[in-house]
Amino acid sequence: MNGLKNINASLYRRRRFINYAVLASSILTTLFGLFWLVWLLVTLFSHGFKYLNLAVLTQPTPPPGEAGGLANAIVGSIMITCMGVAIGAPVGVLAGTFLSEYAARSRIAHVIRFVNDVLLSAPSIILGVFIYEIVVVPSGHFSGWAGSLALALIALPIIVRTTEDMLRLVPNTVREAACALGAPRWKVTVSVVYRAARAGIFTGILLAIARISGETAPLLFTALNNQFWSSSLNEPMANLPVVIFQFAMSPYEDWQHLAWAGALLITISVLVLNIIVRTFLRAGHKS
Amino acid sequence: MADTKAKSDSKPNQTLLERGFASIKGSDADESSKRGPSSLPLKIQVKNLDFYYGKFHALHSISMDIPEKKVTAMIGPSGCGKSTLIRCFNRIYELYPKQYATGEILLDGRNILDPKEDLNLLRAQVGMVFQKPTPFPMSVYDNIAFGVRLYENLSKDEMDERVEWALKKSALWKEVKDKLKQIGTALSGGQQQRLCIARAIAVKPEVVLLDEPCSALDPISTAKVEELIDELADDYTIIIVTHNMQQAARVSDFTAFMYLGKLIEFDRTEKMFTNPTRKETEDYITGRFG
Repeated sequence: MNGLKNINASLYRRRRFINYAVLASSILTTLFGLFWLVWLLVTLFSHGFKYLNLAVLTQPTPPPGEAGGLANAIVGSIMITCMGVAIGAPVGVLAGTFLSEYAARSRIAHVIRFVNDVLLSAPSIILGVFIYEIVVVPSGHFSGWAGSLALALIALPIIVRTTEDMLRLVPNTVREAACALGAPRWKVTVSVVYRAARAGIFTGILLAIARISGETAPLLFTALNNQFWSSSLNEPMANLPVVIFQFAMSPYEDWQHLAWAGALLITISVLVLNIIVRTFLRAGHKS
Repeated sequence: MADTKAKSDSKPNQTLLERGFASIKGSDADESSKRGPSSLPLKIQVKNLDFYYGKFHALHSISMDIPEKKVTAMIGPSGCGKSTLIRCFNRIYELYPKQYATGEILLDGRNILDPKEDLNLLRAQVGMVFQKPTPFPMSVYDNIAFGVRLYENLSKDEMDERVEWALKKSALWKEVKDKLKQIGTALSGGQQQRLCIARAIAVKPEVVLLDEPCSALDPISTAKVEELIDELADDYTIIIVTHNMQQAARVSDFTAFMYLGKLIEFDRTEKMFTNPTRKETEDYITGRFG
């Protein structure tokens, strides 16, 4: 066998066979997953693309039987999501920093990590009902603020987890080196450790945005919907997921068409966000 | 080396009582060979230092006197406590909750193990360079300015001057003067280590601790760092941990040999390498164990 001695031919054939078998099954399972994703995208594009036009982006949601678009829902979704991230990201980054830099092995950190994991896997509808009870009921009405809070609660555990993980990837030698220059701990964290981990932290925030921009259940209980233009977070607010839900379930054909267009819009924006995340991660690994 | 044997005569920072105590200990020949030089002005005096990693007792009752503006080398086999010892001199071990030291370390007569000691000020006074190069993810210029900005309010021109001075001192200026805005992590390994040395001396500390600074460097970079150590000794007290005995012999004035967490012998480098008092030192230096 190629001039090599001491090779047990049957042992080698067996190993080669196992290699091919494992390779084949992993390719098959990958194809299985991709098949559904492609099917989903094809369906979305074939149904949604023809209804995607300028009116969708510029006109508000219409009553049944009239022409209109999704403009108020798009603007509402962007506002609620941005506000949700504006609330969730600072709290999440600070909590992740506390876990990684200040309390790494303490009892309180273990408790926080556990609670955070519970929050991470909590069904989003429960978070929606929770905000309904503590914000919507006392204030007496649905509002954009309540929606933002519910989304912030969903974004929070994702950001806590990724921030902590990314900060832990920064080698301790870097912290030691900065401390050895006489820098106080907060300065070490802000000027050196954050800098080393910023691509990762930013990625975590973008992933959280991608996740919350498609959430429907928590918004049903909080922001609800609004047929008209509303840019006040104090009032019920239109948003894409709830509009899609409502229009898709309706008997009116033009509403259903708008639902397809909206579904395609959300999917495209989440896809674009994910591509941005990957680009950032790659840039972060290079430096 | 008669002067090193004449113990405890001109220590500037000792009280009469301490001197008396030291001379009692000095009556033991082993003790005097351990404690080190005494005829020179002292920068650091270590007294009965014990160090623990949680339950592990890593350093056993170390006592030594480190002279000012000299190069002191720490040698010994891996795990003997050399790095642990110098990590006590700036209390960098405090970053980890379960590590602690007992005893005394006097820096210019001040006990730095005192819980009231301001660690940030201490570390500005006692700089450190680590085994692995640790450039910060910022420009070459900012890497050096980082430490300076913490304690000094310099104008743009003064800062430029300081950065240039530190880079020249660490023999890096010629290589990086056109890429000061480039990120520090993009330099080569040898350049990164010299950048770290420049960063440490830019804050003008009094003591510089070097923890195996050349172990990741090629011979040319090593030679540059050694030249630099030689030059720095004019202004700074330098303590270097090294695995390379030739390096200890080349760069240091004094050498301490440690084994299993104990200080075995501490004396002038020529004496340590030509006529050591203790058998263990001789065996290690001649390569018979370790």
